[in-house]
Amino acid sequence: MFRASRLIALFCLALMAATTRAQSGGELHFCLHGEPKTFNPVLVEDEASENVRYLTGGVLIRLNRQTQALEPALATSWKISPDRKTITFQIRPGIYFSDGTPFTSDDVAYTMRLLLDPNTHSPTGDSFEVGAGKTEIKTPSPEVVAITFPGPIAGLERLFDQVAILSVHSPKKEMAVLGPFYVSEYKAGSYVLLRKNSNYWKHDAQGHALPYLDSIQLDIQRNRDIELVRFRRGELQLINRLDPELYERLKAEDPSLTRTAGTGLDAEEFWFNQSTSAPMPDYKRAWFRTTEFRKAVSLAINRADISRIVYRGFAKPAFGPVSPSNRFWFNAALEEPKYDPQGALRLFTKAGFRFQQETLKDAAGNRVEFTLVTNSGNTAREKMAAMIQQDLSQVGIKVNVVTFDFPSLIERMTRTFDYDACLLGLVNTDLDPNGQMNVWLSSGENHQWNPSQKSPATAWEAEIDQLMRGQATAATEKERKAKFDRVQQIVSEQQPFIYLINKDVLTAVSPAVAGAAPVVLNPPAFWNAETLRVQNSSQLGAQK
Amino acid sequence: MSAARIARAAALGILCSVLAVCLFADRFTSYSYATQFRELPNAAPSSLHLLGTDGLGRDLFTRLLYGTRVSLLLAPAAAIIATFLAAVLGCIAGFSGGWLEKAILAAADVSMALPLLLLLLALRAVLPLSISPFVSIVATFVLLGFLGWPASLRVIWATARALRNSDFIVLARATGCSRFRLLSRHVFPNLRPVLLAQFWISIPLFVLTEATLSMLGLGVMEPMASWGNLLKGLEDFSAVRANPWSLSPLLLLVVVVISFQLVLPQREELA
Repeated sequence: MFRASRLIALFCLALMAATTRAQSGGELHFCLHGEPKTFNPVLVEDEASENVRYLTGGVLIRLNRQTQALEPALATSWKISPDRKTITFQIRPGIYFSDGTPFTSDDVAYTMRLLLDPNTHSPTGDSFEVGAGKTEIKTPSPEVVAITFPGPIAGLERLFDQVAILSVHSPKKEMAVLGPFYVSEYKAGSYVLLRKNSNYWKHDAQGHALPYLDSIQLDIQRNRDIELVRFRRGELQLINRLDPELYERLKAEDPSLTRTAGTGLDAEEFWFNQSTSAPMPDYKRAWFRTTEFRKAVSLAINRADISRIVYRGFAKPAFGPVSPSNRFWFNAALEEPKYDPQGALRLFTKAGFRFQQETLKDAAGNRVEFTLVTNSGNTAREKMAAMIQQDLSQVGIKVNVVTFDFPSLIERMTRTFDYDACLLGLVNTDLDPNGQMNVWLSSGENHQWNPSQKSPATAWEAEIDQLMRGQATAATEKERKAKFDRVQQIVSEQQPFIYLINKDVLTAVSPAVAGAAPVVLNPPAFWNAETLRVQNSSQLGAQK
Repeated sequence: MSAARIARAAALGILCSVLAVCLFADRFTSYSYATQFRELPNAAPSSLHLLGTDGLGRDLFTRLLYGTRVSLLLAPAAAIIATFLAAVLGCIAGFSGGWLEKAILAAADVSMALPLLLLLLALRAVLPLSISPFVSIVATFVLLGFLGWPASLRVIWATARALRNSDFIVLARATGCSRFRLLSRHVFPNLRPVLLAQFWISIPLFVLTEATLSMLGLGVMEPMASWGNLLKGLEDFSAVRANPWSLSPLLLLVVVVISFQLVLPQREELA
C-alpha cells in the first residue's frame, strides 16, 4: 500500500514537472552592443541601458511598437486637460514591484520629481522641459496622480512610454521594477541576466501570467561578426539589428533566419552650410542659399543606386524628414524624390549657372566646387559620398570628399562652421515631431544648415518656426498633423536637408523563438519580449 | 650565381616591372580609376574587367595600377625625407657629442613617443578643406617622412659615433682636415651602406603605414586609389570569400614588400 502511494506521488511529481516545463518559456539569449552605463531608468541615455530599461521598466502608458498606438499599461486610463498642461492618470490597482513592494501613485510622484529635478540630469526628464516654472504633482488617492507642467506639451502622453516607474519605498530602489523582467545578475563586460518578474501585472488572452520566458541573457558583444557566428551556432536566438552585408550573408545561408521589418525611421542626408559665421567665400554661400541650387543638386543624385549598391537594396529613397513607416506623421502628399540630371541642369540654368565643357560655373564665372565632409570609418557613408561625387560630376560639379574623426566633424559643424556640405545620418527614435523641435526651429542648435539664429534668416524658416510652435500647442492631433504636414512640404520644396535614403530594419530570429514579429520601432526584434517563447536548448541545436 | 643573388635579381625585376606598369598605367587600361560601372558592383573578373570590380563597380585592375603608382612613388619619397633627416641629425649627434647629442637623441625619443595617428588627425584638421586629393596625399606622405626619421637616427648615430673614434678619422683630423671635408669624404662614404639599408627598410614601412591610415579613412581620399583604400574592402571576410579577386591588392602588396626586403643590401655587403 505504501509502495503504491509512493508510486502515485512520484507520478504526480513527474506530471507537475512536465506541466511546468511545458509552460516554461525558456531562456532567450541575445547581444547588447555595448556596456549598459546604468540600470537607473531615469539616467538612461545609451542604447544598451535603454534596452535593459525597456525589458525591466514598468511604464504608465506603452507605445505599441506594432500598431504605433498608445496603450494603457500601469495606468488604466489618462486624461489631458484642454490647456495640455495637466495629465491625470488612473493607476492600475493591486500591482507590486518585483521585490513585493506595493505600487501606488506615490511611486509615480516620486519618479516624476526625480526625473524633473535638475540635479538628476535625466535625459528622459529633458523631454518634459517647457520653460520656467515648477511642475506640480498631486496624489489625491493611491490610485490617482495628476501632473501639471508649467506649459503645454504636445504629445505629452507619448513621453510616458520612456518613464519607468521607480519605487519610493523599496529598499532595492531602482532594482525594484514593474516590468516583465528584473536584473538578476550583471557581470561587467560579459552579460546581464534578466529573470522573469513573478509580480508582473500582465496576462495573455487566456489568462496566463506573462512573461512566458523564464529569463533573458544579454551578452555584451560589440563585434557584429562574432555575434553572427554565435547566432549561427545557436548560442543566440535574436539579432536586434543587422547590417545589410551580414543580413545578406545570413539570408544566403538560410532565408528562414532573416526578417525584415520594412523601412525604418532613420535617414541619411546631407546639407549645405548656410551659416553666416562660416568661413567661406560669399559666392559659395550665395549658391548654398539658393533654393534652385539645392533642388538641382537633389535632382542630380541617384538615390535608387545608393540604395541598391550601398545598402544592397535594403533602403528606400527618402521623401523627407519623416519616414513612410511613421504612419501617422508621414505626409503622404509629398512627391517621391526623382533622379533627373537634365532637370537639374535646367534648374541650374534658371538660377544663373552655366554648364560649359562639362563644367558648371556661376554667373561670375566661378567653378562650382565644394567639399563634402563626413565621419571616417563609416563605410556606407564613404561609399555614398563617392557616389554623390560621381553623380554631381555629371552636371559639372566637382565634389571633394573629406572624412574626419567624429569629434573633429562635430567641432566643424557646431563651432567653427568650417565646411561646405556635410553627410550624416539622422537617428529618429521618436515618432512625434516634437522630438525634432531642436532641428526645425531656426533658433535650435541642431538646425544644422544655419544653427542658433537670432531671427529666422528666410521667410520659409520663419514659417516653419511658426508651424512647429503651433503644432506643439495645437488642441487636436488633426490640427497638429496639418501643421507638421506643411512643415514637411516646405522642407521638400526648400531642401535645406537633401534626404537620401531611409534604411530598412533588418533582424535575425532563430526558428526556436516563437512569437517574434519584428517591427520598425526600437527595439525591433524583442519589442514583444513578454510574449516570446524559446524551445529547450536540447531541441534548439545550432542554426546551421 | 648564388640563390640569394638570383632572388635579388628576380625581386629587382618584379619591382621594376611593377613600377613601369604603374607609371604607364594609361597604356594598360582604358578606364578611369574613378568611373563607377554601377550595374556591375563586385563583378567577377572578365575580359572587360580583368580583376573584376569593387563595391561601387569601379574597375579593380585600373584602381590597382593607379593605387600602386601612388603608393610606390610616394613611399620612397617619404623614405628619402626620413633617411635624409636621420642622416643629418645622426651625424651631427654622433660627431658633436655633449649637449647637442643629448638634445637630438631626446628629440628622437619624444618624436617616437608621439602617436602618429593623432598627428595625422591634427594635420587633416589643419589643412584647408578645399585642397585636392593629390595635395592631401602628398601632405600625408611628407608628414610620414618627417615623422619617420627617429628609428633610422638611432642606427645612424651609433655608426657615426663608432666612426668618430676610428683611426682614419683621428688621422684626418690630425692632418687638419676641415669638418665639411671630414664629413663628406670620410664619414658619409662609410655610412652609405647603413643609409641605403635604412632607406630600403623604410619604404615598405611607409607603404604599410599608408595602408593602415587608409583603412582608418585617414589616408588617400576618394576617388583616388592607393593600396590602403583598396585593402579597405577586405574588412568584410564574407565579401572576400564571395569575391576572392578582391585579394589582388593584398597579393601585390605582399610581393612588393618581400621584393623590397630581398633587394636590401646583405649583411656582408654592409660590412
